[in-house]
Amino acid sequence: MRIQPSQLLETGSRTIVPTLLVVSVFLLVVGHNAPGGGFVGGLLAGSGLLVVFLTGGGTAVRELLRARPTTLIGSGIAVAMTTALGGLLFGGSLLTSGKLDLDLGWFGKLEVGSTLIFDIGVYLVVVGLVATVLLHLGDAEGAHE
Amino acid sequence: MLIMAGHVAVAIALAMRGIGNRRAVLLGAAPLAAMFLWAVAAIVMGEALDGRALIADLEWLPALGVSLAIRIDALSLIFLTLISGVGLAIVVFSGGYMKKAPFPGRFLALLVLFAAAMSGLVAVDNVFGLFVFWELTTVTSYLLIGFDDRKGSARAAAFQAILTTGLGGLALLAGLVLLSQASGTTSVAEIVATPPSGGVVSAALGLVLVGVFTKSAQAPFHFWLPGAMAAPTPVSAYLHSATMVKAGIFLLIRLAPGFAGDPIWGPTVVTVGLVTMVIGAWRALRQTDLKLLLAYGTVSQLGLMTALAGIGSPPVLHAAVAIVVAHSFFKAALFLTMGTVDSAAGTRDLRLLSGLAKVLPVLAVAGGLAAASMAGIAPLLGFLSKEAAFAALIKEDEWIALGVIAAASIATVGYALRFWWGAFGTKPFALESGSGEAAFARPTAALVLPPLVLAVIGLVFGAAPGGLDRLVSAAAPGGKLILWPGWNLALTVSGIVVVAGLVLHVRRDSVSRFQGLSARWAHERLHMPSADRGYESAVSGLNRFADRVTGIVQNGSLPIYLAIILTVVVGVPAVAWAVSGGGWQEPQWAYSVAEAVLAVFVAACALAVTWSQSRLAAVLLLGAVGYAVAGLFVVYAAPDLALTLLLVETITVAMFAFVLLRLPRRFEIYKWRIRGWVRGAVALAVGVFVSAGTLIAAAQRTTRPVSEQYAELAPAAGGTNVVNVILTDFRALDTLGEITVVAIAALGVAALVAGLRSPAGRET
Repeated sequence: MRIQPSQLLETGSRTIVPTLLVVSVFLLVVGHNAPGGGFVGGLLAGSGLLVVFLTGGGTAVRELLRARPTTLIGSGIAVAMTTALGGLLFGGSLLTSGKLDLDLGWFGKLEVGSTLIFDIGVYLVVVGLVATVLLHLGDAEGAHE
Repeated sequence: MLIMAGHVAVAIALAMRGIGNRRAVLLGAAPLAAMFLWAVAAIVMGEALDGRALIADLEWLPALGVSLAIRIDALSLIFLTLISGVGLAIVVFSGGYMKKAPFPGRFLALLVLFAAAMSGLVAVDNVFGLFVFWELTTVTSYLLIGFDDRKGSARAAAFQAILTTGLGGLALLAGLVLLSQASGTTSVAEIVATPPSGGVVSAALGLVLVGVFTKSAQAPFHFWLPGAMAAPTPVSAYLHSATMVKAGIFLLIRLAPGFAGDPIWGPTVVTVGLVTMVIGAWRALRQTDLKLLLAYGTVSQLGLMTALAGIGSPPVLHAAVAIVVAHSFFKAALFLTMGTVDSAAGTRDLRLLSGLAKVLPVLAVAGGLAAASMAGIAPLLGFLSKEAAFAALIKEDEWIALGVIAAASIATVGYALRFWWGAFGTKPFALESGSGEAAFARPTAALVLPPLVLAVIGLVFGAAPGGLDRLVSAAAPGGKLILWPGWNLALTVSGIVVVAGLVLHVRRDSVSRFQGLSARWAHERLHMPSADRGYESAVSGLNRFADRVTGIVQNGSLPIYLAIILTVVVGVPAVAWAVSGGGWQEPQWAYSVAEAVLAVFVAACALAVTWSQSRLAAVLLLGAVGYAVAGLFVVYAAPDLALTLLLVETITVAMFAFVLLRLPRRFEIYKWRIRGWVRGAVALAVGVFVSAGTLIAAAQRTTRPVSEQYAELAPAAGGTNVVNVILTDFRALDTLGEITVVAIAALGVAALVAGLRSPAGRET
């Protein structure tokens, strides 16, 4: 598929995409105490990728990601698994969570729980899914993986 | 446990490419050496010798009774020592042997992982943990057997091995579940201590036995083991000696104290073991490939161990454990010797090898010691253990078993001699004189030392059995390993066996002629099916059956699939509801105006989808439905759900659009296989079912909803967003499952599109 990007879309995407990505990370981090989380964050980042795709096609998405989507998915599962097994290692049962309070001074306080790391895994998998589908379904001639 | 984690870590490190061979060997040897030292230390400290066990409990899925309870007693320690000790020798050996292999690191990684799985298997006490490790050994051995993945025969052999042992693994799981249900505990030790009985237990034991027989290559499942000879030699040596096939024997010995008296267990195990022993010995005598000769020898020895474990009375069990130890050492030594001969002379066909004893004197001594141990010649460990078995059988009045074992042992002496003569002897009638000495490569120390050390261990323990005897007795009390018992019946039997074996070797030409004749006779007159053939026809039969079922069930019409699925979804619960007597909650139609407006909007859009002629319009309308539902979530104050749904709908519509670009703009008008009104009826039924089902389910509530507890517990789990806490904490296991599904779906999309793009199915 060849998409002729419109001027409007291209200009808009320059501000929209970074915003979407930053907000998606924000949603991921605050997820434990406010609306958000790995799924939502991942989806938002995915829609960011979608905009990138609409303006720049598969090559732009690939440039942005730098990693192959399958790598993202794999590392996501690995991260989630690691936290799951982490519970075992610290004497609890599978998937037991623990947390760490971080004082970031200026930015306020942040609780980094193992649940957050678990959520990062979810985030990566979701982003990977969207990227895979975009690159394969959307890109007819690309996808040289 | 820490050591096992170390195994995994090392394996990962090894899997990285670009690690040099030498460093890989050192790295791979480290965890095995650590485990070996630990096991020896544990033995020397003497805890296990007094019959006590080291216990460490490790919860895994406590709700399901699945734990990794570690319980290491004398039997486990014996196996752990064997696994790590023999493993160490094999890692060193493969450093020399696999020099030219493409990925030495990957190979050693698999080997170390396999050793870890096997160690887990012998150390774990929980039945589910046992099963998990059992399957891990199956999977890692599959990868090891098929390591040379560019060779078709290796892939086929690996596939055969995993099918056979995997099938057995499933039977084992079913058996173990039944056993733990019947006894009310998931601890193997407790099951054996207070064995349950009854019809269910007999069935369970039967299933366990299927698992054991497949793993330990007992007839009629013995075919995979010789097939697995496609593996690199170090792998064969390891699988055949201290690991894999010993897993079944281990389980037999473990369970024997509890179930030896069972009317089905004992006779079945003994019969199968004896039959296998004879088949294996008989076949071993015929082989001209040294590796296959040893493989059938293993089948035969495993039969012996199985039969002894099946009899299961204390002195016999004691002998069985002793034979396990002896066999591990001599069989590993024999395989490694053979590997060295193979790599030095470039062949392992005993018709081509000649005069190697003069060229490789040290190796010939190692091979000779190991072969003598296998044949049961004093003062080697093989002799002591076999002697103990004979004595125990005489003591227990097991005359039939004694006769069969003695007969098979004659063949064992025969093929042990055949092995040594075949590998090292000078043959005047060798087909090619000189046995390709031009290609002769002098083996390095790494290739000669491991088999020598393993063989000498057999000699040391044979000459001074005291310490080993204490350990074996701690695992299975009731017997004694003695070097010189005095002139008695058992010794006489041993003597007869050795002499008869010698005769068998001297008259080898007539023996092989007789074997050829009888094999032809069995094939032509009796149409005796071979186990290998049986395996093949079973696999192809299954494939044909699957084809036919698929043809009927999958007729290729999407509407029909959907109709069937939806009808079942609606029909089954509806019947159940009617049977149970009905009952539902009065609906509350709407709480607010916004709600009502959105609901009407959703319904209108949904209806419009069914009438739409354009694909794009239909997709957009579906998106509108989604957005409106998200709006409903907002009204209900569920921001997480609303946000997620909104994003999902956006991305879905976009993805639909990509697909639509490849399809015609409008829906084709063609004759549907199912008429319009049927489809309408199904759709209506589903709609009614979902709304009515919600109301009915609400009326059936009998306990406090879990959601309330979630809300209360969320702060304790460290979060105030209940939805997220549920996802990442309370039901994290579900989430883990979901992201795995998502990952598989993504891979599926990739594969599907790649397949469409190139009809040959080749990835570009």
